[in-house]
Formats: sequence, structure tokens, C-alpha cells
Amino acid sequence: MTAAPQSTRNAQSGAPALAVQGLSRAFGHVRALREVSFTLGRGEVLAVFGPNGAGKTTLLRILAGLLRPDAGSVALDGAPLVRGDAAQRRRLGLISHASLCYDGLTAAENLEFYGRLYELPDPRARAREALAGVALADRADTLTWSMSRGMLQRLAIARALLHEPDIVLLDEPFTGLDQHAAAGLREQLARLRSARRSVVLVTHNLEEGLDLATHVAIQVGGRFAHCAPRQGGVAEYRERYAHLTAGA
Amino acid sequence: MLRQAWLIAAKDLRLEFRSRTAFLSSLVFTALVLAIFNFARDPTVLSGTDLAPGILWITFCFAGLLGLNRAFALERENRTLDGLLLAPVDRSALYLGKAIANLVFVGTVEAVALPLFAIFFNVPLWPVLGPLLGIVALATVGFVAIGTLLSAIAVNTRFAELMLPVLMLPFLVPPITGAVQLTARVFAARPLAELSGWLRLLVAYDVVVVVAALLVFEYTLDE
Repeated sequence: MTAAPQSTRNAQSGAPALAVQGLSRAFGHVRALREVSFTLGRGEVLAVFGPNGAGKTTLLRILAGLLRPDAGSVALDGAPLVRGDAAQRRRLGLISHASLCYDGLTAAENLEFYGRLYELPDPRARAREALAGVALADRADTLTWSMSRGMLQRLAIARALLHEPDIVLLDEPFTGLDQHAAAGLREQLARLRSARRSVVLVTHNLEEGLDLATHVAIQVGGRFAHCAPRQGGVAEYRERYAHLTAGA
Repeated sequence: MLRQAWLIAAKDLRLEFRSRTAFLSSLVFTALVLAIFNFARDPTVLSGTDLAPGILWITFCFAGLLGLNRAFALERENRTLDGLLLAPVDRSALYLGKAIANLVFVGTVEAVALPLFAIFFNVPLWPVLGPLLGIVALATVGFVAIGTLLSAIAVNTRFAELMLPVLMLPFLVPPITGAVQLTARVFAARPLAELSGWLRLLVAYDVVVVVAALLVFEYTLDE
């Protein structure tokens, strides 16, 4: 099933912030993604749920421009996603399973390096500010190889949001976070939503995802088996999820 | 693009300066190879100068390979390569940055290896230092240019450390042959006219490899 939820349109161009049409991708004979379509407006949060191997990470990697789809298209504000387009890259932020940070650099050095790549004004100050935003200010000069899983995840969040992207892609962002850090991330995501950023959030955790979602997708076997604006509570989605993923 | 390339090179060099793992292993390898060759030869049969060009370039070649392996391997940990590809960085800048860091790395290993080589093989470097450095520089540019490209290809394979030498050695035949021939002639104080053909080969190889690498690098990192 392919579905496209209604979305808030970009007031200027009339195009949604993120439009995905018929995305498919296979790895050898394994079809990881099958004709996935959706649109997402500014300030909208799409939570994508699905069992392991449903193709959620493949979807995010294609949206981030890290992977080419076999078929289909991605458009940002109506403009097709072009791999080499620096302006489009500045609009995207990704939190993936890995921190994307160098073990041999300190937390501040990692963020400063990325800040310079993104050509941010005063990258050193921005790095310190971003670390403070994820409660890692006191760990700024700590080499990342000595950080705990939770700290690394917070550093990954700081890195992804460093350049203030307006489309944020999150792959299991709550993994490894303690309750306090998870609450901090929820606050950050709520701030992103109120700042009218678009968010695609991939998670196993229905409660965490639904807490923030304006739209919900359930991905099974590479397809969106459900994709619509959020309606109903956790119990209803749990039942729907169990029904759609039965046997997956 | 050059600013981004320098950022990436500076980051790689800072990481290597802190760990020194590849540098130290290359230096130990260099010292070992030179020592083994030195003690294996019979100086009454073969003079150091006769053997020197081949041994010098074998040492440079394999010590350099140890460093090139590290260029993209360090981007595998924590998937930092994704971080670079997500950033608004031209892929040519990524290639150039890696190549600059590799050039500094290999150049430093060579700078330490040359005096060791002179000591072990009793080769008087001073009279031929100028031309020899020119040959080393020309061959190293080609070596690093092709090595950086192939390192990016090898990094996504299962046995990256093994794959790089397998992929790279055939491509090294022209520059290493040229470098060995030129080094032998320089040590033998042959006239400049004898060098020009091999010099042209090295220059042509460098130009072709650098241009080709910049053109195709974009496609090497695709999954």
C-alpha cells in the first residue's frame, strides 16, 4: 500500500518540505524498500514504525542522500534532491545508529570540525553552544572514545542539529539515552516542531514516537502498510501495529 | 573546495598525530626491511649502490601502503564517512583532503626512511639529493593519487586491508618502474638526457591519475 498523508504546504512555493514518490531500493535480491510515498510539510513529524528489517534505515539513508534509490524520487520544497547540492545538504540533519564522530577527537573538536565543514560562523562557539544544549558542556574536552553510549548519542544529536537543519531525520534517536537525556531529546524535538522543522522519526517505541508525531507510518516488508495523519492513542496504534506486522 | 580539502586533511593528520599507529608501524616496517636487506646481501658480491634503487622503492611502496590503508579505514569507525557525505562538501574536496593527508604521511615516512637507507647501504645521498628528492616527489604524487582512490574503493569491501595492495600493485608498475630506473641512473651519475624519458613517464602518470581520480572519485563511495 502506498499512502500520502495530507500535509501543510510550504507557504511560499506551495510544495511540501519533503515529498517522496515511489521510492524503491533492493540490495541484491532483497527488496528493502518498495514504492514508498509520502509528503511532509513544515512543522510536521512523521513517525515511522516497523519491525527489524522493514527498510526503515534504508528509507532514511535515501532521504539523507546517502543512498541512491533504484526508483522513485525525493524532493525538498519541490526541488529534486540532488546529491551534490550543497544548499540541500545544509537543510538536512541525520541522527543514525552511529555517532558519526571521531573517536580520536574531543566532543568539541568533533563539532567544531563539522561546524567548519558547514561553514557556520564562529564554529567554536557554536560547538560549545550545541554541547550545552545536550548537557555535555562539561565533557567538551573529553575524547569521544571514552564517552558512554548515552553521551555519544547526545553528541550525535548535537552534531545533527549543529547547523540547524530544517529537515531532521532520526533513526532510533532514543537508543542508549537514560530517562533524563530522553526527556531532553523529547524537548528538543518539540522545539524543532514548534520551529516548523520537518522531522522523520524512525523508532520501535510507539510511546516515544506517537508523543511527537503528527503523522504515522507503519512499514512492513519495505512498504508503508499504513501512512496517515495521527489519529487515536497509543492503544489503538499498538493494536494496528500488531495487526499489520503479524507474521512479518 | 581547497578550504574543505584542507579541513579534512588537517583532521586526518591530527588523528594520526594523536594515535601515531600507522606512522609508527610504517617506520618499524621501513627499518625492518632495510635491516633485512642489508644483512641478507653479500657486500663483496653486490654493492649497496646496485641494490639500492630497488630496495629503496620496495620500502617506500610497502611502507606507504600501510598508511594508505588507514586513509578511509578511519572513516569506518562510527560511520564518520556518512558525516562527511552528509556535509555540504564536494566529493572532490574529500578526495583532495585525503590525498593531501596521505601525501604528508608518506612524505614523512620517506623523509625518515632516506637517511636510514643511506646508513644501511652506505650510499652517499648528499651529491644526488636534489635529483633524488625530485624523483621521490614525482613518484610519491602518483603513488598517493592512485592509492587514495583505490583506498576509497577498498574500504567498502570485506577485506579492505588485503584488497588495497591487490588493487593497487598493478597500477604501481609504471611509477615504480620509472622511479627505480631514474634512481639507478642518478646513483650512477648518468647524464640528464638518459633521465628525460622516465621523467616524462612519471609526470604523465601523475597528471593522468590525478585527473582521472578527481573525475571518478564521486562514484567510488556509492553503496
